Amino acid sequence: MIAVVKYNAGNIFSVLCALKRLGYEAVLTDDPDTLRRADKVVFPGVGEARAAMEHLNANGLSDVIRGLKQPVLGICIGMQLLCRHSEESDVDCLGIFDADVVRFNPTNPELKVPHMGWNQIRNMKSPLFDGVNEGSFVYYVHSYHAQVCPYTIAVTEYDGPYSAALHKDNFYATQFHPEKSGSVGEQILKNFLEL
Amino acid sequence: MLAKRIIPCLDVKDGHTVKGVQFVNFRDAGDPVELGKQYSQMGADELVYLDITASHEGRHTFTELVRRIASEVNIPFTVGGGISELADVERLLSAGADKVSVNSAAIRRPELISEIASRFGCQECVVAIDARLEDDGTWRCYLNGGRIPTEHNLFDWALEAQERGAGEILFTSMNHDGEKKGFANEALARLHETLSIPIIASGGAGTMEHFRDAFTIGHADAALAASVFHFGEIPIHDLKEYLLKENIAIRI
Repeated sequence: MIAVVKYNAGNIFSVLCALKRLGYEAVLTDDPDTLRRADKVVFPGVGEARAAMEHLNANGLSDVIRGLKQPVLGICIGMQLLCRHSEESDVDCLGIFDADVVRFNPTNPELKVPHMGWNQIRNMKSPLFDGVNEGSFVYYVHSYHAQVCPYTIAVTEYDGPYSAALHKDNFYATQFHPEKSGSVGEQILKNFLEL
Repeated sequence: MLAKRIIPCLDVKDGHTVKGVQFVNFRDAGDPVELGKQYSQMGADELVYLDITASHEGRHTFTELVRRIASEVNIPFTVGGGISELADVERLLSAGADKVSVNSAAIRRPELISEIASRFGCQECVVAIDARLEDDGTWRCYLNGGRIPTEHNLFDWALEAQERGAGEILFTSMNHDGEKKGFANEALARLHETLSIPIIASGGAGTMEHFRDAFTIGHADAALAASVFHFGEIPIHDLKEYLLKENIAIRI
């Protein structure tokens, strides 16, 4: 069973749809037991870090997520929440990845914030990217990012390199949206589901 | 490298695409979902669906359609048309839309932008602006699909929208729309200097060179068009190959 974490973030329906297109019926849940029993857990979302963390803490989900043993995939804000701290409203996050989330602050006026659209992933170092070519395009929409750190398993360049994806133990995360990244994204989701 | 985006725009009424669409071997040119999938396969980077239905029933049909698009299309899509309050935004985002586009309602009540941004995040809020270059040389914003002039100047309003939390500006030049003589590149370049958020160019696409100029002269982050794509005048794949040869960052 695939569980998708239900919390106060947006765009979770798209993830459920993407999993369904790959042939997986996922359960959207905030029930601790269901999350713990799932074969895989997806932690997606679009939203604001502080509001999301307050919701997770208030509903006991923070400890549940930290304690998960099966493969977990954080997506976009889900990835940022798995980091130590976010500069977005200066909030402490779940601390799985010892990395800080900071705002883009480009000096080059050609670079807009939010970083929105299709950008390339490089230096992929994980089975999550099996079958994905160096320089493939994936879809991003975000204003904050995790810096490159020892857990970085792929980078994207936008005013310098940053973490496109992270991995530590059973926790995987992508800053981009695999559910919106065409066939490349489908391959990455499929790789995660087959871990 | 962040790619410049190519965005087909589809007008939808009562659940069907309005403008005729001519694709070879295409079964249901009126089905927005099939069309979206087709465009995704052709290499479109994103889609915009505009609901031009006026009735309440039509709104319900559109929401159902958004749910179907989200289920079947694997690239991002924006929905717009008739969004006037937060409840509309909530309904469309929870049906699976990636972004919502607000236009007249935001000019009438600019707080709507701030409300969407703080509730759902600024990246989900596209502010669409229809503007016309008047005889006195000013760019004036219009309401209701270009029927009602306002006191707003394009550049001031775009900046206010950004400050209120817009994640992106979709600028349509009423002077250029439908003329197929190119995008409003000078106004686009000035918007680019004014704003720090991405800008989608709209209105005026006729040739592949027009897209290049919107990116090189207008500094647009994305270019939107309808008829040149729907009627197959510019196949998206050919357009992207051309732009790549012109050294523009493009996703192939």
